[in-house]
Amino acid sequence: MEIAAVRPASTADTSPLVAVDHVRQRYSKGSGDDLLVLDDISLSLRGNEIVSLLGRSGCGKSSLLRIIAGLMPASEGRVTIGGRAVDGPAEEVAMVFQTFALFPWLTVLENVEIGLEAQKVPPAERHKRALAAIDLIGLDGYESAYPKELSGGMRQRVGLARALVVHPKLLLMDEPFSALDVLTAETLRTDLLDLWSEGRMPISSILLVTHNIEEAVLMSDRILVFSSNPGRLRAEIPVKLPMPRNRLDPAFRQMVDDIYALMTARPTGKQAQGIFPGTGITMELPRVSPNLLAGLMETVAGAPFNGHADMPALAGPLQMEIDDLFPVAETLQLLRFAEVAEGDIRLTEPGRRFVQLDPDDRKRLFAQHLLAYVPLAQHIKRVLDERGTHAAPASRFRDELEDHMSDTYAENTLRAVISWARYGEIFAYDEDSGVFSLDNPS
Amino acid sequence: MAQGDLAKVGRTPLLGLGGVGLRPNIYDLAIFILIAAAFVAMAYGAGEVTAPVARLTVAPVTLDPANLPGYALRTTLRMFAAIGASLIFTFVVATLAAKSRKAELVIVPALDILQSVPVLGFLTFTVVFFLRLFPDSELGAECAAVFAIFTSQAWNMAFSFYQSLRTVPADLDEVSRHFQLSPWLKFWRLEAPFAAPGLIWNTMMSMSGGWFFVVASEAITVGDTTVKLPGIGSWLATAIDAKDIGAVVLAVATMAVVILAYDQLLFRPIVAWADKFRFEQTAAQQRPRSWVYELWRRGHVVRRITLVTSWIGRTVSLLPIPLTQPPRRVVVAPRTGRGSDILWRLVILAVVAYALWRIVLFTEASLGWGDLLTALEMGLLTLLRVVVLISIASAIWVPVGVWIGLRPWAATRFQPLAQFLAAFPANVLFPMAVVLIVSLHLDPNIWLSPLMVLGTQWYILFNVIAGASAFPTDLREASTLFRLRTWQWWRKVILPGILPYYVTGALTASGGSWNASIVAEVASWGDTKLKAAGLGSYIADATEAADYPRVVLGIVVMSVMVVACNRLVWRPLYRLAERRFRLA
Repeated sequence: MEIAAVRPASTADTSPLVAVDHVRQRYSKGSGDDLLVLDDISLSLRGNEIVSLLGRSGCGKSSLLRIIAGLMPASEGRVTIGGRAVDGPAEEVAMVFQTFALFPWLTVLENVEIGLEAQKVPPAERHKRALAAIDLIGLDGYESAYPKELSGGMRQRVGLARALVVHPKLLLMDEPFSALDVLTAETLRTDLLDLWSEGRMPISSILLVTHNIEEAVLMSDRILVFSSNPGRLRAEIPVKLPMPRNRLDPAFRQMVDDIYALMTARPTGKQAQGIFPGTGITMELPRVSPNLLAGLMETVAGAPFNGHADMPALAGPLQMEIDDLFPVAETLQLLRFAEVAEGDIRLTEPGRRFVQLDPDDRKRLFAQHLLAYVPLAQHIKRVLDERGTHAAPASRFRDELEDHMSDTYAENTLRAVISWARYGEIFAYDEDSGVFSLDNPS
Repeated sequence: MAQGDLAKVGRTPLLGLGGVGLRPNIYDLAIFILIAAAFVAMAYGAGEVTAPVARLTVAPVTLDPANLPGYALRTTLRMFAAIGASLIFTFVVATLAAKSRKAELVIVPALDILQSVPVLGFLTFTVVFFLRLFPDSELGAECAAVFAIFTSQAWNMAFSFYQSLRTVPADLDEVSRHFQLSPWLKFWRLEAPFAAPGLIWNTMMSMSGGWFFVVASEAITVGDTTVKLPGIGSWLATAIDAKDIGAVVLAVATMAVVILAYDQLLFRPIVAWADKFRFEQTAAQQRPRSWVYELWRRGHVVRRITLVTSWIGRTVSLLPIPLTQPPRRVVVAPRTGRGSDILWRLVILAVVAYALWRIVLFTEASLGWGDLLTALEMGLLTLLRVVVLISIASAIWVPVGVWIGLRPWAATRFQPLAQFLAAFPANVLFPMAVVLIVSLHLDPNIWLSPLMVLGTQWYILFNVIAGASAFPTDLREASTLFRLRTWQWWRKVILPGILPYYVTGALTASGGSWNASIVAEVASWGDTKLKAAGLGSYIADATEAADYPRVVLGIVVMSVMVVACNRLVWRPLYRLAERRFRLA
């Protein structure tokens, strides 16, 4: 591999490498309204910078990455790379996948060579370039191993080598470290940043999709924060901290805190119950187990938080990323057991009471709040009460939900309500027949 | 445990079980009518031939042991010709079904139904057809035999391949598009390797079933003509006519040697090699082994083959044809296909209507309601036999299989044996049973029946063994700790645990039994003819009398019954097993 300094040492040049212009993405649901995933996204990427797309799951950041990669077309708007409109996978772009996406039946070397093979590079040169990339990424010695023999970190290195070997200008990374354990992920991040700052990778820019706030602050020159449902560009945050960055540096901590606050800030004009998309009975609910809800309340109630916790401080020791933590916190907010704002979570009076109660009383309190604040639970209960048989098929409610959301979300929402209702013992659900009832099998 | 792993390798949903709904599909009905019409057309064509089929000048099969190796070789070659044809069929038809929605609409239900059709029933038509195609030549009869074996093998292989193509992992598909792999490269780097384990497993199952048909299709009587192709099946038929029990024993021994050789020399090496295609990101603890494969590897045979094939692959990939060019534009799912879809459906509808009309014309001329009633009655008798026999076989082999499967040392020993027995063509053993029935003056209506499951019961056994050896140790330990009573243990622990495996085995066994009934319900020993009343003997009799309308009627009734069994019993059971009892 040519290790020539493709990146000039000077500051970023001004002509954009990638330009995303008013891109909208919607999925058709078959019936009724289309689902808007990305709403009017415009951004640009210059040479010589690492940019993060930060957002929660469902904000469309992965879709945007795929649109830029030419793997799927945008419903509206256009994307240009190096001034040319993207109408398919572009040669200047290579991608690293969250799931590594290695061919299990090919060796490390063969996996790395696949892109060159597609470009019909002669075998001898292919071999030479692949070995150089493997060497660069620290995989020498593993050339003839199969992916299943490697650890997750090593597999992602293969993914990285495979992307670099085709000499792309732009490296797209789709949550590349999220399937790895904490230590492995950190090693890989550091190695990648070292290669980057030493200019040893033949790339000009990196676009990184992540839901990990610290990762974004650690690695990027700019962070683009997305909001969810539909995905919108909410803020652009330049990160001026010098490299290499230290997670314990107060300026680093402050920036992480600020982004937490930004991401938990309620969009203006929305009610507390508007934290999840949709309104009333068609609100999309996350599948959060009652155990997690109780667990988080207990943690926040206990020392050292005493009922009021800073979310980043909470996330660290619990080893929860925002995609794990936010849905739990927001469900507590929906149930009025907690208030979430400005990156903080504060237990409400019922929340504090809940922690003190014994299991049966907890269930009763939970049931009260569930019926009072989750319209779908209320709705199902009312239907069951009104019917002589006190039973109703789940399909009836599923159909109602599917009119307003995708099938997957409808299923998740229904599963969430079933799980909470079982805990609160307000109605039962029979898996085999798919029927809700008031029978309590006690 | 190599064999247990092997069984897991091929655990793609079985043909006829992978369907989404239980509701009868309108396409199934349409395709069924088309297939029935094809039979009618074949019968019609066969009836046109008034002249004796052909005057074959084949060297007569003699019972000289010196000829037996040659016969065995001929039989084996027929088998491989058929498996070759099945593979080509698989690659073409399954790829077509996976890539074209219109083709898919027809092919998938057709595969499902064809697999339920008793192929032995229409051997007559195909023999007549091929004899006319190559008059006065042995080739016609050879083609007919190969075709008969093909029809017993191709469907599940094609279905497995189709399913694999449809379930290629999304991320790998994205990688292929991202790096702009040409269709050629994508097929060999992604699709074929991904489909390999399922296809190899299904090919193996097909070959196991195929030996039965190769034996049955070598000696065919149509009207007054008997065609005997040199092979083990014809040797057997000759031995039966001559009442030569020694020759029968020799045939059994030869068959055993042949199957053992095919298993050790061909399939074990292929399975051992194909292990690397398993789509797993973790290394398996135990990998299938084969001494032949090890030998190959040590002798650098594998490496040389790889070199040659990769050279061929590379040369082809450089050819300037569309197949090897990168797909230039993103393929957007076209939403404009509605109109042509409707047109396509209309075409199918028109063809089906025409087919139905032809069937009615054909049956009106030669069949009455009474015939249908008789066929249904006979069908119920055969159904009764299948139900009783599968129940008895299950009652015996489920406990045995569980016992074996829970003991790793026993599983390693007995699993290959059970697979060997499943591959062994049971019809080679029929004469021995017939001798017994004749000499003991037993009632053929009862005692011929076990022959139907003689060869197919082993599918239950080796699937149960595979299920029991895959049963998680922690669950076993938990049930031991709770000191579950024997009955409780069976009902709550092990039976649910092996249910998915059992259903797979029992479905294969019952399908095979229906097919076997055509040769099992009628048997002879010299001049003595034994017959059990049933749909199998109904078809066999009609074949012998060259009564084509009744052959068609028999086949159609049997197909309907098999399809109905699959839809009403096995599919719901399988879905239940998959949903509730699939362990990890």
